[in-house]
Amino acid sequence: MLNKKAVSLFITAGLVMGILSGCASSSDSANSSGESEGKTVIKIATQSPLSGGSATLGEAIKLGAQLALEDQKEEFAKKGFELQLVPYDDQGDPKKGVANAQLIASDKEILGVVGHLNSGVAIPSSETYEKYNIVMVSPANTATEITDRGLKVTNRIVARDDFQGPAGAEYAVETLKAKKIFVIQDKTAYGTGLADAFKAAAEELGAEIVGYEGITVGEKDFNGVLNQVASKKPDLIYFGGMYSEGGLILKQAVDKGINVPFMGGDALDSSAFVDIAGETVTNAFITSVAGDTTKTEEGKKFADDYKKKFNKNIESYSAYAYDSMGVVLKGLSDAIEKNDGKLPTREQVRDAVRAIQDYKGVVTQVSFDEKGDNKYGKIFIYKFNEASYPATMEGEVSK
Amino acid sequence: MLTDVIQTLPQVIVDGLTLGAVYAVIAIGYTMVYGILELINFAHGEIFMTGAFIGTAILLTFSGIGWLSAMPAIIVLIIVLIATSILTGFLGMGIERVAYRPLRNAPKLITLITAIGISFLLQDIIRFIAEVKKGNYIITGPSLFTGKMKLEASSLWPQFHDASFKSTFLVVLITAIIMMLVLDLFVNHTKWGMAIRAVAQDRDTAALMTINVNKVISVTFFVGSALGGATGVLFAVQYGTIDPYIGFILGIKAFTAAVLGGIGNIRGAMVGGMVIGMLEMFAAANLSGLTGGVFGAEYKDVFAFIILIVVLIFKPEGLFGKAAVEKV
Amino acid sequence: MKALISSLSENRLAQILLFSVYVLITSASLFLAEKSVVAFLLLLLSILILYFLNLKTVWKWIIGFVILGVLLPVSASQGPSYQSYMEVATLVGIYVAMALGLNIVVGLAGLLDLGFVAFFAVGAYTYGIFATPQAANFMPFGSYPLSGGSFWIFLLIGCFAAALFGILLGIPVLRVKGDYLAIVTLGFGEIIRIVFNNMDKPVNITNGSMGIASITPPSIFGIDLLYPNQFYYVVFGIVLFTIYVVRKLEYSKVGRAWKAVRENEIAAQAMGIPLVKTKLTAFAIGASFSGMMGVVFAAKQTFVDPTSFTLLESTTILVMVLLGGMGSVPGVILGAAVVTILNLQVLTELTNWMNQLSLSGVIAIPEALSPVKMQRFIFGALLIAFALYRSQGLLPAKNRKYNPEELKNKTEKSSILLLSKEKRQA
Repeated sequence: MLNKKAVSLFITAGLVMGILSGCASSSDSANSSGESEGKTVIKIATQSPLSGGSATLGEAIKLGAQLALEDQKEEFAKKGFELQLVPYDDQGDPKKGVANAQLIASDKEILGVVGHLNSGVAIPSSETYEKYNIVMVSPANTATEITDRGLKVTNRIVARDDFQGPAGAEYAVETLKAKKIFVIQDKTAYGTGLADAFKAAAEELGAEIVGYEGITVGEKDFNGVLNQVASKKPDLIYFGGMYSEGGLILKQAVDKGINVPFMGGDALDSSAFVDIAGETVTNAFITSVAGDTTKTEEGKKFADDYKKKFNKNIESYSAYAYDSMGVVLKGLSDAIEKNDGKLPTREQVRDAVRAIQDYKGVVTQVSFDEKGDNKYGKIFIYKFNEASYPATMEGEVSK
Repeated sequence: MLTDVIQTLPQVIVDGLTLGAVYAVIAIGYTMVYGILELINFAHGEIFMTGAFIGTAILLTFSGIGWLSAMPAIIVLIIVLIATSILTGFLGMGIERVAYRPLRNAPKLITLITAIGISFLLQDIIRFIAEVKKGNYIITGPSLFTGKMKLEASSLWPQFHDASFKSTFLVVLITAIIMMLVLDLFVNHTKWGMAIRAVAQDRDTAALMTINVNKVISVTFFVGSALGGATGVLFAVQYGTIDPYIGFILGIKAFTAAVLGGIGNIRGAMVGGMVIGMLEMFAAANLSGLTGGVFGAEYKDVFAFIILIVVLIFKPEGLFGKAAVEKV
Repeated sequence: MKALISSLSENRLAQILLFSVYVLITSASLFLAEKSVVAFLLLLLSILILYFLNLKTVWKWIIGFVILGVLLPVSASQGPSYQSYMEVATLVGIYVAMALGLNIVVGLAGLLDLGFVAFFAVGAYTYGIFATPQAANFMPFGSYPLSGGSFWIFLLIGCFAAALFGILLGIPVLRVKGDYLAIVTLGFGEIIRIVFNNMDKPVNITNGSMGIASITPPSIFGIDLLYPNQFYYVVFGIVLFTIYVVRKLEYSKVGRAWKAVRENEIAAQAMGIPLVKTKLTAFAIGASFSGMMGVVFAAKQTFVDPTSFTLLESTTILVMVLLGGMGSVPGVILGAAVVTILNLQVLTELTNWMNQLSLSGVIAIPEALSPVKMQRFIFGALLIAFALYRSQGLLPAKNRKYNPEELKNKTEKSSILLLSKEKRQA
C-alpha cells in the first residue's frame, strides 16, 4: 500500500516538477534579459492567433509589429529605454485571449498591445485591458462593437464594418451592376457582422438579396449551399468569412458553372486565398481595410525589409501591424517626453495614444477620434486579374 | 418553393452521391473494427485525414518532378491510391498493436479514451509536418481531373434542371464503388474474410477453431485503414484543399452512417453513408427554402446528429443490423 | 531512504514541522520575490503534500482552507502578478468544479459523456442573456439587464437550468449505452453549440455568433466584482461546496448505486437499483455543477460566445478526470489543477521563453513547434500514456475502508436494539 502511494506521489511530484522547471527557466531568462544592459525595459505585447486556421494572418501581425519595434529600438535606446516584444498567441479563442490579457496586465513592463485579428477575441480581451489601462491598437478588427463600447483603451487604425460592408455594397451595386445578390456568411462574429452590414446597405441601394445562408467553418464541401445559389441565379455572391472557406466556395461555385463575380471582405485578402481558389480567383473582388502596401515608396521599402528579415512575403495586415506598432511607440515617446524622459505610466501612454493626430504610417495616416476610430480609415477594392497575390487595386473609398 | 426543390434535385443527388461515397467508405472502416472488437475507433477519421495528406504529398512530389503531366491522370491516381492505402493500412495496424491490443481486456471506456488520444496525436503530428514543410497547414494539392460534364436531367423530366459536375465526381464514385465491391468479395468469399466474420461473431470459439485471432484483428485494421486512407485520397482529389482537422467531423458523420446502416454490417454501412450524404446535401440546399428562412443551411449538422440520436433510440440495431440480445 | 520515509510517515510531529516550514518558505518567497511563478506553484503544491500527511481529516480541511483562503491571496497580493495568479487560480477552481461534475457522470456512474461542455454553455448563456439587454428581445416583461445582485440567484438558476438540460438529454439518450452514449453525447454537445450559434433568428436570443458582450458584473453589498481576486473567493466558495456535496454523495445510497451501475448494469438492476433514475441523477447532478460554473465564467469573462464551448473543451475536462483518476475526488481536483496550469501558464510561458531565445538568435525553433500549438499533442500523449500504463490515474480512487470489528459491533448493537424493540412491542 505504502509502495503504491509512494509511486503515485513520485509520479505526481515528477509532473509538477516538470511544470515548475518549465516556468523557472522561463522566468529566469526573462529576468536576465530584462536587466542585462541597465536600461529600463519597456515591453509591447502582440496578441494574434499564431496557431489555428487564421495563423497566416496572425503571424503577419506579429512580424509586422516586430519589424516596427526593431526599427525604433535604437531611438528608444538613446532615451535610455530598451524595447522588447512579447508575442502572445490568442488562438482565435476568447478565453485564451482574456487569460493572456490578464498575463499581460500582470507584467508591469508591458505598456501597450498590438492586436487582435478576431473581433470576437478583441471584445472580451479589451474589457480586461480597460481594467488595467493598457492601450490596445488594432491593425485588423473591423467589428463596430470594438470602439462603440466607449472604452478608453481601444483604438484601431482600420475602417469599421459598417463602413466596409456598405463600401462593398456600393461597389457591387453601382459599379458591378449587381441586381440580385446571394449572401453567404460563416457564422462567426466577423463574418456575420460584415455580411449583415453588406446586406443592409445593398438593400438600401436597391439590390435584391435572393438568399442569405450560413456555412460551417472547417467544412470542405459547400455544394449544398451552392445548389441554392445556382437555383436563385444571382448576379453576385457576397461572402462574409475567412479565406479557407471563401476560396473553396469560389472554386466549387465555378465548378458548378456559377460564373458570377464573387465578393468578400478583408479576411480574404491573403495569399492562401489564391492558393486555395486557384485559377477561379479571377472572379473575385475583395474589399479590404488594408491598402496596397507596395504602391508607395515607403511601402515598397517596407515590403523589401520584411522579406529580407523574415524571408516571407507581406500579407495584407503586415503593414498595418507595422503602423499599429508605430502608433503605440509614437504615443509612448510622446508620453515619455511629457514625463520628462522618465518611464510613463500606463494611463499616460493610453491618453497619449488616443491624442495622436496625423501620424504618417507606411500605409495609412492615423488620427483617432474620441472613440478610437481612425479618421483616415479607408476601404480599398481589389480585383484579381490573374491568379497571384496581391490583387490589383480597383478603387478606394474614404469617409 | 417545391418547384425549387424539384428543379435542383438532380444536382443535389449528384453532390450527395459524392459526399455519400466518401461517408460510405469511411463508415466501412468503423463498422469493420466495431464488428470485430466492439470498439469505436475514433482514430479512423484521422487515418482518413492522414491518407488525404499522404496522397496530396505524393501528388505534390509528382508534380514537382514533372511526372504529373507525363502520365495519364488515371494512372497517377491508381499509383497514389495504392501507395497511400498501403501506408495508412500499416499505420492502422501499428495503432492497433500499440494502443488497442494491450487494452483488449480493459474496460471499454479506457480503450475509447486511448482512441481519442490517438486521434489528437495524429492531428497534431500531421499539422506539425505540414506546417514545417509548407508554412501553413491548409494544403491545396494539384488538380488531377479538370473536365466538366453535364447530366441532361431536363430531358428526363422537364421539371428538372440540368446537373453539372466535374469529372472527379465520376472518378470518386466509381473508385468508391469498386472498393466497396472488392471489400464485399473479400469479406464474403475469401478465407480471410471468413476468419474475420468468425472472429467478429465469437472471438473465443474462433480461437478454438485454430484461427489466429491477433492476426485476424491486424488484418481487419489493415483493410479498414487502407480503405480509409484511399478515401482520403479521393477526398483530396475531389475537394482540392485539406487541413488536419477534416477527419474528426467527417469521421463522426461516417460513424452516424455506420450506425444508421446497422453497425457491424458492411453493406449497411455503404447504404447508410449514401443516405447520410444525400440527406445532408438535401438539407443544405433546401432547409431555408422549406422553413421560410427560419432554419438555414447552418443547421445541416444538427440534422445529421438528430438522425443519429433518433436511430439510436428507436432502432439501435440500425436499418440492416440484427438486434443484439444481451447475454448475462 | 526507505527507512527515512517510513519513519517520517510514522512521525506526525516531524511531518507537521516540515510542512509548516515548507509553507512558510514558499509563501515568504511569494511575498518577497519579484518573479514568483515558481513560489506560487509551490504553494499550491503544498495542498497536495497536505493530502499525503498523516493527519486527521478535519485538520487537513482547516489547514487547506487557511492556505488557500488566506495565505495564498495575502502573500501574492504584494507582487505585480497578483491578478494574474488569481486569474489562474480562479480558472483552476472553475475547472475543478466542472471536472468534479464530470467525475460523477464518468467516474462514478461510468457513463462516458463527450458533450459535457454543453451544460457549461447553458449556465453561461443563462446569466449572459439576462444580465444584458439581450433578454429584452424575447421577454415580454421585466427590464433588462438585471442588476449585478441577481448573480447570486443566477448561480442557482444556472445550476437548475443545466440540470434540466441534463435530464432532458438523459431521458432519450440513456436508453443507449457504452460507446453509443459517447457518440450521442458528443452529438448533443455539438447540437447545443450550433444552436446557440444560430439563435439570432427568427428571435434574437443568444445574439448568434456575435456573442453577448458587456455582461453586468456581479455585485455584493454594493461592490461590483471586477477583478480576478474577487472572483477567486466566489469560485473558492463554490468549489468547497462542490467538494462537500460530491463527497457526501459518493458514500450515500445514490453514490453506491452509481458505482453498482458502473460495475455491472444487469447485476445492479437485479439488486433493485432503478437504472434510468440512477443514471438521470448522475447526469443532472454532474451537469448542475457545470452550469453553476458557467454562470461564474460568464460573469468573470463579461462575454460569452459559442467558440468557448467546443468539443476540445469537453475533451479537456475528460482529460482532467482521467489524469487525476476516475472516481477519485482528490485525484480529479489534482488533474484539473495540473491541466489548467499546464495550459494557461506553463505552455504560454514556455512559448514566450522559446520566443525570446529565437528573437535573440540563440536557437531557431520552427514556429510550428511552439508549445502552445502542441496542446492537442500533449493531451493525446497524456491520454494514451495514462490509459495504457496507469488507467487508475494519478491519485486512484479508494473505496472507504471499514473496520470489520466495528461494523460487526454496530450491526449487533442495532440488531439487539431491534430485538429489544420487538420484545417490548410483543
